[in-house]
Amino acid sequence: MASGHLMGERQMSSKPRIVITGLGLTAPNGNSLSEFRANLLAGKARIAVIDVRHMGQHPAGVCDFDTTKWQKRKELRIGTRVGSISIFCSREALGDSGLDWDKVDKSRVGVYLGITEHGNVETENEIHNISQFGNDTKYWTHHHNPRTVANNPAGEVTMNMGITGPHYTIGAACAAGNAGLIQAAQMLQLGEVDIAFAGGVSESIHTFGIFAGFKNQGALGAHGDPTKASRPFDKNRNGIVISEGGAIYVLERLDDALARGARIIAEIAGWCINSDATDAVLPNPERQSECVRMALKRAGMKPQDIHIVSTHATATALGDIQECTALRNVFTDCPDTKINNTKSFIGHCMGAAGALELAGNLPSFEDNWVHPTINIDELDPECAMPGLVINQPIKVARVDTILNNSFGMLGINSALIVKKYGVA
Amino acid sequence: MGLPDTVWAFETNPENMTKDDIKQVVLDIIADIAPDESLAAVKPEVRLRDQLSLDSMDFLDIVMELRKKHGIEVPEADYVQLASLDSCANYLLPKFQAKGK
Repeated sequence: MASGHLMGERQMSSKPRIVITGLGLTAPNGNSLSEFRANLLAGKARIAVIDVRHMGQHPAGVCDFDTTKWQKRKELRIGTRVGSISIFCSREALGDSGLDWDKVDKSRVGVYLGITEHGNVETENEIHNISQFGNDTKYWTHHHNPRTVANNPAGEVTMNMGITGPHYTIGAACAAGNAGLIQAAQMLQLGEVDIAFAGGVSESIHTFGIFAGFKNQGALGAHGDPTKASRPFDKNRNGIVISEGGAIYVLERLDDALARGARIIAEIAGWCINSDATDAVLPNPERQSECVRMALKRAGMKPQDIHIVSTHATATALGDIQECTALRNVFTDCPDTKINNTKSFIGHCMGAAGALELAGNLPSFEDNWVHPTINIDELDPECAMPGLVINQPIKVARVDTILNNSFGMLGINSALIVKKYGVA
Repeated sequence: MGLPDTVWAFETNPENMTKDDIKQVVLDIIADIAPDESLAAVKPEVRLRDQLSLDSMDFLDIVMELRKKHGIEVPEADYVQLASLDSCANYLLPKFQAKGK
């Protein structure tokens, strides 16, 4: 082991402990954790068929949260869809956290949101808009730049909530949900902020470019029944179902959370982000294994200590196999490790995927149920893994730890480990 | 330049529009860009910014909607003419009437 690794472990163990004390989300099959969780345990996928500009009908995960619950109609008109998702999730997370918002020093609050991409939706909309006016750019909206700056979703949250601490987004392809949480944990450990709103968000279903890109890559999922279109690990899987969504957490240092008597949902135990450095779209299982192993090492855990592995698998032909290869390399002889997948219910929520998939598993700390990966009619032998929970949830003796995988294009890998608070 | 017909559709022949018609055009635009505002008691002689929550970006929206919906151009130097409903009517009426000719 390189000395740098040892130093990394020592540094992490000596830093402040970070905990989750609030959570707000919108997923295609739920606008609260309780609704989301109930549908995951009941095996209820929710995928719609939408008209995609220039492309006709395709399956997609669509969220139906109440946009006017936390925003005025003018805010909605000026802002972006992902800004609205971010505000809804942040406000819901705040309510869940029990923080007395009036007494919180807003200059000590940070907003760190993971995004796969931003600006495609708004740019495509304006190109379409001016196409109705002979492509005359004098019809291009003056709202374009504030809508498309990369910090837009996080910035909209600060304006809505009066937060004056730092805000930015973390662009990390489909690893972004984990990356947002990791960034927040690091900023809390550095003492940059006292409270962080962090997670991942996506509005990607509103851009035809992403649909067209995946379709022409041979990676866009389809099925006569849209709820079966996203089917990771199934032998006949044929690609990704694009979805929108968001999951934003309230993170604090443990000492602060204890001092205010907060309900602690989970503790951030360890993480790793690394890079394949090999291919823009083809995952690298060796680097993925290294990512998971480093997260375990930093958490002070062995593979056997992980009770749930929340997989990233997106239902692409090769990507699923690559992740399974990576997991088989790490999780050998781990009889208590269960493996599941949430995209089979809600599609691929892009920047929100990792954050939502972690959220759906968190109630396992309390109820000891593990939701399955659904839509497996015939398991791909190359995706067979001991512990894979298929089509039906299972009850286990205990769930103390969750490892959440999120990987993305350009070879970005992330693994985040959370544990039940109070467990050694 | 291929503008859709709807851009040029007026409920009233522009040549016959009155100042009250112009005020209603502007109020309809404001209703879209400031949907949380109550417009029932807007005073035509008072500056819009003094009685409604409108900022500079909103006034740019008014300019844009006049352009997109009615084919009316308001040069930047004339933005001040959009301060109140009365000033809007005075400034825009000849522009609308010119559209009907």
